[in-house]
Amino acid sequence: METVLRSASRQVVIGPAQPFCVIGERINPTGRKLFQEQLRAGDLSRVEIDVAQQVAGGAMVLDVNMGAPLADEVELMVRAVKLVQSLTDLPLCIDSSVVEALEAGLGAYEGKALVNSVTAEDDRLGAILPLVKRHQAAVICLPNDEEEIPEEPERRLELARKIVKVATDEYGIAREDILIDPLAMPVGADTSLVRRTLETIGLIARDLGVNMTLGASNVSFGMPERAAIGSAFLPMAMQAGLTSAIMDARSPELVRAVKAADLLLDHDPWGANWIAAHRAREAGKAS
Amino acid sequence: MNREELLQQMYDSTLVGNGPEVLALTNAGLSMGLSPEEMLFEALIPSLEEVGARFERGDFFVPEMLIAGKAMSGALEILRPLLAETGVESVGTFVMGTVKGDVHDIGKNLVNIMLEGAGFHVIDLGVQVAPERFVEAIEEHRPDIVGFSAFLTTTMPMFKANMNAIEKAGLRDSVIVMVGGAPVTQEYADVVGADGYAADASAAVKRAKELLARRRAAAGSKV
Repeated sequence: METVLRSASRQVVIGPAQPFCVIGERINPTGRKLFQEQLRAGDLSRVEIDVAQQVAGGAMVLDVNMGAPLADEVELMVRAVKLVQSLTDLPLCIDSSVVEALEAGLGAYEGKALVNSVTAEDDRLGAILPLVKRHQAAVICLPNDEEEIPEEPERRLELARKIVKVATDEYGIAREDILIDPLAMPVGADTSLVRRTLETIGLIARDLGVNMTLGASNVSFGMPERAAIGSAFLPMAMQAGLTSAIMDARSPELVRAVKAADLLLDHDPWGANWIAAHRAREAGKAS
Repeated sequence: MNREELLQQMYDSTLVGNGPEVLALTNAGLSMGLSPEEMLFEALIPSLEEVGARFERGDFFVPEMLIAGKAMSGALEILRPLLAETGVESVGTFVMGTVKGDVHDIGKNLVNIMLEGAGFHVIDLGVQVAPERFVEAIEEHRPDIVGFSAFLTTTMPMFKANMNAIEKAGLRDSVIVMVGGAPVTQEYADVVGADGYAADASAAVKRAKELLARRRAAAGSKV
């Protein structure tokens, strides 16, 4: 199953036979006090740096989140989407929990976007899926509902199945435009959590066959040497069936782990991408 | 082992999160005739404060904080009934929860650990706590303080929704409201009308104690 995302001039395909899709997480004010203040003042200059660093790092899609406290998220989202699209031709992932911000971002976007995200809660499904359909976008779905964030992989699979059914049967969204988030949890909080995420990935790949994405940085939260943890996690998740991740695309350690796993899992025929990336680095050193 | 050695060992074992050892030392201390208060205030609480300080400096990591908290909770289970018997009251009651729409709980759990360590009775409502559930819990437990945690900028507006629900239920004056979480600032806390904000778990405990002392002083002066 292949999910196609597009900007005005570029197409990115997410799928089990494709190179892993690196979605850059950085355009997000969460935990960035200075960036939050800038956004509150309507200053988007920092976004230019974030775009450049992530593109240079190997991002294939960029997540855009403008959820700064006390700021006008709807207006910022419109401006950010236009700004980022003027800086890069990478497709975007429009990220907000505010339905109006998603709607405004989708309206401003040129191409086929990814929407981040909807849960299995009935009111969220009812508010967000019509937008996804109207804008012919793809959507990330989180298998948690009003009751719980299930820990058990089987229960997550059940909720994922429910979302897929509602999205396809009730809203006419194509199955390939649905990405399930198997829920990455911090290993530092409980060392059994990531194993469950990996099991969930395996179940979803086997039973639903849809594409998946997750917030890879969650896994190493609260631990030292975060990039090393992430670069062990991502190849494991890829082996289990994960096809994309929202991650720190600026980290060479993480991106190289992904590219090496692509090579090892036969997503990089003749190792062409791996070798080309090596040559590019060597050329960079020489110049 | 004399009194000082036992308290030192209890402090050290809590610091490294050795639950079975802390439990054994608690029982040993009781049979040696140490009071629950001295074990709590001279070993367990100072140790947990040190854990918090190391965490703030980046010398300790999340699992270390959690396991130290667990070690302390084990001892508290033995000591709590004894403290109640001897008339040592809890510092105050704290109802805590992560707001609706938000599933993050590590930070909240760390604050809970530190609050318990400081002698608060903590009632944890978990994550995704809707405004009406906060109201119910305040009515049921009559806490001194209620705490709202949000890790996402997008779920912070729930603070205001919670405040409105508490006000509508006529409970605003009966409870101190504290807010916290990674994206939260003092400015934001002021805007939503919270009584207190803290940037981390240790600061939250200090702030909670301050607010409580101020509230009690004000209540006392009215009488």
